[in-house]
Amino acid sequence: MSRNNFVGKTLAGLTEAIKQAIFAERYARLPGLLQGLDPRGKIITFLSLLIATAITRHLRVMALIYLLTIVLALASRIPLLFFLKRVWLFIPLFTGIIALPAIFNIVTPGQPLITLLTFAAPLNWGPFHLPATITITQQGLHGAEIFILRVATSVSLSVLLVLTTEWARLLQALSALHFPKIAILIFGMTYRYIFLFIKVAEEMFLARRSRTVGRTNTREQQNWLSSRLGFLLNRSYKLSNDVYLAMLSRGWTGHARFLDDFRFQWRDAAWAAFTIIFIGAIIFFGEMK
Amino acid sequence: MSNTVFKVSKMSYNYPGGLSGLHDIDFSIRQGENVVFLGVNGSGKSTLLKLIDGLYFPDQGTIEAFGEPLTESRLQDETFAFAFRRRVGFLFQDPDSQLFLPTVWQEVAFSPLQMGLVREEVEEKTNAALNALGIEKLKDRVPYQLSEGEKKKVALASLLALDPEVWLLDEPTANLDPRTQDWVIEFILSLTAKGKTLIVAIHELEVAKVIADQAYILGEDHRLAAQGNPQEILQDEALLLRANLMHRHRHVHPALTHRHPHQH
Repeated sequence: MSRNNFVGKTLAGLTEAIKQAIFAERYARLPGLLQGLDPRGKIITFLSLLIATAITRHLRVMALIYLLTIVLALASRIPLLFFLKRVWLFIPLFTGIIALPAIFNIVTPGQPLITLLTFAAPLNWGPFHLPATITITQQGLHGAEIFILRVATSVSLSVLLVLTTEWARLLQALSALHFPKIAILIFGMTYRYIFLFIKVAEEMFLARRSRTVGRTNTREQQNWLSSRLGFLLNRSYKLSNDVYLAMLSRGWTGHARFLDDFRFQWRDAAWAAFTIIFIGAIIFFGEMK
Repeated sequence: MSNTVFKVSKMSYNYPGGLSGLHDIDFSIRQGENVVFLGVNGSGKSTLLKLIDGLYFPDQGTIEAFGEPLTESRLQDETFAFAFRRRVGFLFQDPDSQLFLPTVWQEVAFSPLQMGLVREEVEEKTNAALNALGIEKLKDRVPYQLSEGEKKKVALASLLALDPEVWLLDEPTANLDPRTQDWVIEFILSLTAKGKTLIVAIHELEVAKVIADQAYILGEDHRLAAQGNPQEILQDEALLLRANLMHRHRHVHPALTHRHPHQH
């Protein structure tokens, strides 16, 4: 497939998205540690760990929580490389861009670690000021490390929760925890119909490919893509109307109702106790430092 | 007590934007009848079912359901709406419209839950419906992983969980493989054996002959072109050609080329 054939690349991306989602759902059905826990308890304990990650100021404490996510991933039969890729492919793209400027003395003044550039004199352009020496500072590097590790740990916790809990069970658990039911219904429907529309889009791409001989230019591809986006929007509007009619026909009056079959067992109690002790310990030892 | 399920008088409906939907429709359906509405795509069959299910409302004319007017304001009364929805089930042509929840079990449990049944009843009705259709193995599956035939069975199970008196079926055999088509026809016949009222929108004449004891033909002008015994109506070639339910077919044999009416 040609590198600049973005229609082809989009098609490959759509197919990959479906494969990834179906593949990831399989992990939620494996007989691992986290898969066996009550999703309600899992949401509360993971939320507590996320809060602990967000408020701690110590790099070692964060590293400890991050290490815990890796141990939990292994105990839940999530392949380590798959888990690490899910987290670390995302980090440089979003977090690295924000963290990078913070390591220089322009943004974070402090004790220089590495000197990168030296000018004859400080530079001033209107409101902008550049010091005579551009350095990476110890304080800047520490701040960036904390920021990146905090994001990586938080993303790892979220990914682990989603990977080890089936989407439907996660929504049921949110409902049991008194999350607004209408929001849960909307989340569920959004996730369900994304797959339908990805499939429709994939078929449109395949139909085009089957009728295309030779090369087409980028402008033509862009025009085709925008027309198909319009078509898809129109189709989603029509379907949403039909879905609403189907809901009305089956007794929908605007009040969402759910049932769950959750049972809080001894292993849930053990996990909750472990999380409380773990968070208690990191608060205690964190403050001692 | 009257045993009329639906009485439709002088009903007309236009789509938003003024596009014609249905014109001057009159009919009456009694309890236990098996009625088919035959017509080509775009003749207004699905719209008609949505009107008698209280999902659309006519611009002119009236609809009565179980002896009471079926209007937008009446359906805003929750007691009336629940009683009506409990008695009338609607199978949509596209199962993707009907299956909107994350799992099959939740889908089938949706109606009993909406009707405010207690947990035990919801579980009992949901599991019974899944067992009756032989799809208990699908209960934890997500709809996007199902085949078209499986989706159709789940959609039927979601109606069966409430076991309504009246079943509105919109093109129940469309887009199915022959084996699943046969299965759906058998399922429909089992409903007639239980005394349910069936109102089916369809364009396949052979299926209509099997399931109906009353047939209505919707013309391309969105009016009722004929009504009566399906065996008689479906023999009327001139009528079927006019309604575009049959077309002239050109055959080439080794020694002869000839034309004759043909239906699918």
